Amino acid sequence: MKVLRIIAIAFLLVAALSALGARWITPAGYAQQFREAPDAAPSHLHPLGTDELGRDRAARLLVGLRVSLVLAPLAALLSTVLAALVGGIAGCAGGWVEGVSMFLADLFLSVPWLFLLITVRAALPLNISPESSAAVTFLLLGLLGWAASARVICAGAKSLMASDFAWTARAAGFSGFGLVRLHLLPNLRGTLLAQLWISIPVFVIAEANLGAMGLGVAEPLPSLGSLLGEMQSMVTMRPEPWRFVPILVLIAVVSSFQMLLNKQEVRA
Amino acid sequence: MKRAFAVCFALLLGSAALPAQTGGELRFCLRSEPKTLNPFEVNDDASETVRYLTGGVLVRVNRVNLKIQPELATEWTISEGGKKIRFKLRPGLRYSDGTPFSAEDVAYTMQQLTDPALHSSTGDAFRSGEGAITTRVVSPTVVEIMFPAPVANLVTLFDTVAIVSAKSSLKEMAALGPFYVAEHKPGVYLLLKRNAYYWKKDANGRQLPYLDAVRLEIEQNRDIEALRYERGEIHLINSVSPTVFERLAGEKSGLVHDAGTSTDTEQLWFNQVAVAPIPAYKRAWFASTAFRRAVSEAINRDDLARIVYHEHAHPAVSVTPATNTFWFNARLKPHSYDPGSALRRLQDEGFRLDNETLRDRDGNIVEFSIITNAGNKPRENMATMIQQDLKKIGIKVNVVTLDFNALLERISQTYNYEACLLGFLNADLDPNSQMTIWLSSGDDHQWNPKQKSPATEWESEIDRLMRAQASSMDQHKRKEHWDKVQKIVWEQEPFIYLVNKDALVAISPAVKNAQPSVFRPQAYWNIEELALAR
Repeated sequence: MKVLRIIAIAFLLVAALSALGARWITPAGYAQQFREAPDAAPSHLHPLGTDELGRDRAARLLVGLRVSLVLAPLAALLSTVLAALVGGIAGCAGGWVEGVSMFLADLFLSVPWLFLLITVRAALPLNISPESSAAVTFLLLGLLGWAASARVICAGAKSLMASDFAWTARAAGFSGFGLVRLHLLPNLRGTLLAQLWISIPVFVIAEANLGAMGLGVAEPLPSLGSLLGEMQSMVTMRPEPWRFVPILVLIAVVSSFQMLLNKQEVRA
Repeated sequence: MKRAFAVCFALLLGSAALPAQTGGELRFCLRSEPKTLNPFEVNDDASETVRYLTGGVLVRVNRVNLKIQPELATEWTISEGGKKIRFKLRPGLRYSDGTPFSAEDVAYTMQQLTDPALHSSTGDAFRSGEGAITTRVVSPTVVEIMFPAPVANLVTLFDTVAIVSAKSSLKEMAALGPFYVAEHKPGVYLLLKRNAYYWKKDANGRQLPYLDAVRLEIEQNRDIEALRYERGEIHLINSVSPTVFERLAGEKSGLVHDAGTSTDTEQLWFNQVAVAPIPAYKRAWFASTAFRRAVSEAINRDDLARIVYHEHAHPAVSVTPATNTFWFNARLKPHSYDPGSALRRLQDEGFRLDNETLRDRDGNIVEFSIITNAGNKPRENMATMIQQDLKKIGIKVNVVTLDFNALLERISQTYNYEACLLGFLNADLDPNSQMTIWLSSGDDHQWNPKQKSPATEWESEIDRLMRAQASSMDQHKRKEHWDKVQKIVWEQEPFIYLVNKDALVAISPAVKNAQPSVFRPQAYWNIEELALAR
């Protein structure tokens, strides 16, 4: 397992560095349409060929990867913070506060999030740049994705509050913020990290779902999701291996995050 | 001239007029659940399919030669300058439940259909002026219909009027067409069975339709539909995308057919609604003819047709495709692709290019969003290509794909959008079918709908010309009026027409006697003559 984790870290590092250095690795640019060469096979100019509008697939893959690798962890961080707030307060306070908080969490879990995302996305201003649309998409994912984590954190906090050391701390005069900061948060750290790592691949895939539906990150900015869009049609898919690279990269990214997650779970 | 137009598209598949094998079940997909089975209320594709297959009509337009063929009516006479039509009906016919058919049914149908409370789009087409549409039953086989004002293209309009029984206990479910609805499992399928009382026979005296049944399976996913066609589970697809067409064409010959240029249009328009929640300076750009023409000039339509539609489309000139030789205004020239000229046109209007960014005379950066429906790949691709084309003249475009319902809400209710890329389905060659698009008061006058009075002089002129053509019985006069409308539209470009798509259909070689047409329903318009090879 250790070897696999090292491979996962190495892959994520290489992917992150390639994504950041996309401009130098693929100078063609992700938006430039080479209209005389749509759907071209790989060549020295376009290592992964071009898409149906003649855009360099390699450049789009690297930039799409950058979008997903930067924004998915940020969205995961946001949702984990929200989950920690709601779940932590619910678990510590108990009683009606816990009831209301968990009711809210259940409500968020029961809402069909995909339709909610589509609705919220449709209500947003139209004149936002592709970069902003990417940020908004992941922000929405982060704001809507806290509920499941909140339930886990609430259970963890509740269990800690009933533990011997919490009683001892309270008997020693700790209460409120001090109790949370010095005793609860350090003990919830493993759970919080596990929730963070779980959320990253979930958001990468969620954005891929939205992108494959033509929603989410706006053109011409690519994301892993929009790159998967052309694989949606099994009828028009051609047996050309380079077309499958985006899905292989997505699988590799998600699997790598899962490898790291296992480590965190062990710690938790 | 209509014949000349039609002959271009006529394509007889397989062996022409094969001695038919009777029996069998033809299967194809509907892309949504029919919203209604009541022919009066039809307003969507799926319901229209059911109406076409089950409804008996007085006349039928042959989709290949465009001739009007007698159906329930054997003769008709138009009088009083187009305000009255008299039909002589075929005697001794029965509905699918055995109820006799008579002139009373025609009168009943017209009364129901033209009831203003029903808001039937089929009925609206007959409403040429103020006042009620009346009927008179002269005898069981003769009926007269009177209109308050002349109706152009009157006989053709009856192609979509399914005659409903006034007496049958089944009401609209009693069918006079080749099939009737025998089973309906909502969301899954409709099974239409042969109408045993159908009146039509083939040239050899054999009872039509040849098929025993038609199964309409509800399948929203076009890829699954195409896969099922490839596997032979369904027999036809009425409209296939260019990419699916290319794939199927490369697989085996005879699976798909390009029937020719369709009457459907794909266009871009700017929001010119006075109350739209957009900044005043942007509204001023959109209202400027020079701005619209510059945008049009900067779009490379040849590339759109070549790359997005794989050559199965042609750069559009105006509302009517050039292949519609009678109604097209041949004096109109194709819009040239000339970014340099577009920029000069904008500079004459006070715009200036500042460090590759276009600004208006007040210094505002020229930036707008184009909305289109998510999931429609050709439109998404066209919007992305237009984004790059306009970047060359310094205009920044944001492409926004929206769920279709959200898009409809913006373009028809809230008017909260700047530009929209969408298409119109034109079922008819005749401009009369586009009244609601061109009248400034029309619901589909999309750039500025439902106006109380025309906002511009040229819209006022279009209103006048459209009304004039609608109330004239002289085809050449009507053509003159329509030519002028096309010229105004070409000059003003309220709709920036992009491409005219070809009608691409998939019909299995197992289906005999198919004659794909560019007009709806392209693949099965002669359903009663279709047969399955055994």
